[in-house]
Amino acid sequence: MRFDLQVIASWIDKGSRVLDLGCGKGDLLQHLTEHKGVRGSGIEISEDKVARLIAKGLSVVQGDINREIQDYPDQCFDYVVLSQTLQQVYEPAVLIQEMLRVGARGIVSFPNFGHWRIRAQLLFRGRAPLSRELPYEWYDTPNIRVISMKDFQNFCHRHGFSVLKRVPIDTDYHESEGHLPKILTNLRATYGIFLLGQDAPPEPQPGESVSCP
Amino acid sequence: MSEHARDNGRDNGRDKSPGLVEKKYLTLGGIDPEQPGGAMTLQSGAELSPITLAYETLGELNQEGDNAILVCHALTGDSHVAGKYNEDDLKPGWWDVMVGPGKPMDTDRYFIICSNVLGGCMGSTGPCSENPATGKPYGLEFPVVTIGDMVRAQKRLVEHLGVTKLLAAAGGSMGGMQVLEWTVRYPGMMHAALPLATTTRHSALNIAFHEIARQAIMADPHWNQGGYYDEPGPSLGLAVARMIGHVTYLSDDAMRLKFGRNLQDKDAFSFNLADELPDFQVESYLRYQGKKFVERFDANSFLYITKAADYFDLGLQHGNGSLVQAFSKAKARFLLVSFTSDWLYPTYQVREIVTALKKNGLDVSFCEIEAHCGHDAFLLRNDRLFDLVRHFLNTTHETVRRGGSHAL
Repeated sequence: MRFDLQVIASWIDKGSRVLDLGCGKGDLLQHLTEHKGVRGSGIEISEDKVARLIAKGLSVVQGDINREIQDYPDQCFDYVVLSQTLQQVYEPAVLIQEMLRVGARGIVSFPNFGHWRIRAQLLFRGRAPLSRELPYEWYDTPNIRVISMKDFQNFCHRHGFSVLKRVPIDTDYHESEGHLPKILTNLRATYGIFLLGQDAPPEPQPGESVSCP
Repeated sequence: MSEHARDNGRDNGRDKSPGLVEKKYLTLGGIDPEQPGGAMTLQSGAELSPITLAYETLGELNQEGDNAILVCHALTGDSHVAGKYNEDDLKPGWWDVMVGPGKPMDTDRYFIICSNVLGGCMGSTGPCSENPATGKPYGLEFPVVTIGDMVRAQKRLVEHLGVTKLLAAAGGSMGGMQVLEWTVRYPGMMHAALPLATTTRHSALNIAFHEIARQAIMADPHWNQGGYYDEPGPSLGLAVARMIGHVTYLSDDAMRLKFGRNLQDKDAFSFNLADELPDFQVESYLRYQGKKFVERFDANSFLYITKAADYFDLGLQHGNGSLVQAFSKAKARFLLVSFTSDWLYPTYQVREIVTALKKNGLDVSFCEIEAHCGHDAFLLRNDRLFDLVRHFLNTTHETVRRGGSHAL
């Protein structure tokens, strides 16, 4: 499993309810289902991937994450994960707001545009950066956002998403191993992973039950 | 019990047939103590008795009783889901590609039940059955039945077969409607639901096509207000009804690829409207389909069953008009499938179901399969569909065996 997914998995409590947005190959959901007894659901747009995910025994709805997330009741999940998809989201604030509506916690990971190699390419070569984490040319990239860890931190602050945890990771070539840099994080992290919550989580009133069957 | 061919090895399972099957009959009587004599009060308020269901089973119910799958057939289907009655039958059951040894609904593993719907004409009580009050076929005396009535009768059959909880109910089109009805009517009696290419209520377009088909039958003078059982019967009207239906099961692409503008046994147009031989291949095909259908189907049954499908409105009946509320009763885990070229039950109709299920926090999977053959896709060989069904059933069965639950 990818190193960023290993970190994410380590944050998720046993037996929790997890929604994975853009769950791709389903490695995270499968790992969580098998090792943590998580009740997981996924949303994925590609028919091919959806079919493979269902074949793995996962519960997955084919569709667009921005649209599909709207159907879930408030606080239906303990965690909502958006891993390495944020850079392709048209309205990140709206989506993250929705993540924190349907889930108690949001987990967001993305390739860090502030990494030194990317800075160096622009600075020394004068070219649009290309990296392992962002391997596309300007003309064929599906990514419409460039995000650094610092940018995302500011974004969360501005939109009232409280950052409960913020972990820079520096992955190896295969991305299956890595470490967590302690200093100069925005320069050294290939990926950033954020654990988010609402700034002022609504306290349930006594006697009021959370409406998720 | 049916006989089953028991070949070993699954490597060439695609081409295996479940072997010989036998059509059996259950006449309901006294199973439900509230309805003595086997009468059933239908949704319309009418009483119907006796009620016979024709059904077939494949595979064996295991000791744990956790491997039963109810297959619900579509508009013109029957209990003959797979296998053959006799070795020399030309064609096997209607879902033989799906049901059999090593197939997605593996008869080596699961116990498959399929019954002809109430109102049908393939052995279950319907308008062509004898009316005990007159000793003659019911015709239009037969009470109007609904999808709910069909499902209530099926439930009695399932209980009669010793099944307390189905592993799954599965079906496409009107079969899918019955599956959806099952999920809210008997949520405690099933672990999983596989409604394919279906809807919770017909659109105006759906009703319109059914109405045209019904009018074709009723405009045939041989229909005679449904009283044709001693006469030739409305075969022309029924054939036209089938032709209309058949077009709605295909797609523009499928018809273009299959027929295009090809002529039938001709090099040029006949320029003759009175010519009995059709000009175009598609005309010939539709006439053939219509003719074949007339040989096996009862026109009154067609009227009743299409009406049942048109009346079906799950949200209205079970949720005061709210589909979300209707599904609040459901407990099953769901696999829903739509097909890209299905314009009869387009993806948006299936997505409405997915949305309502998600709003209830139910365990739901949905896949829109790329297919060019239209609504018929769910009946045809389709590896993507087969994989989904096989693995979904497998996961469900394993979860049931571990004693797990499905809700989120």
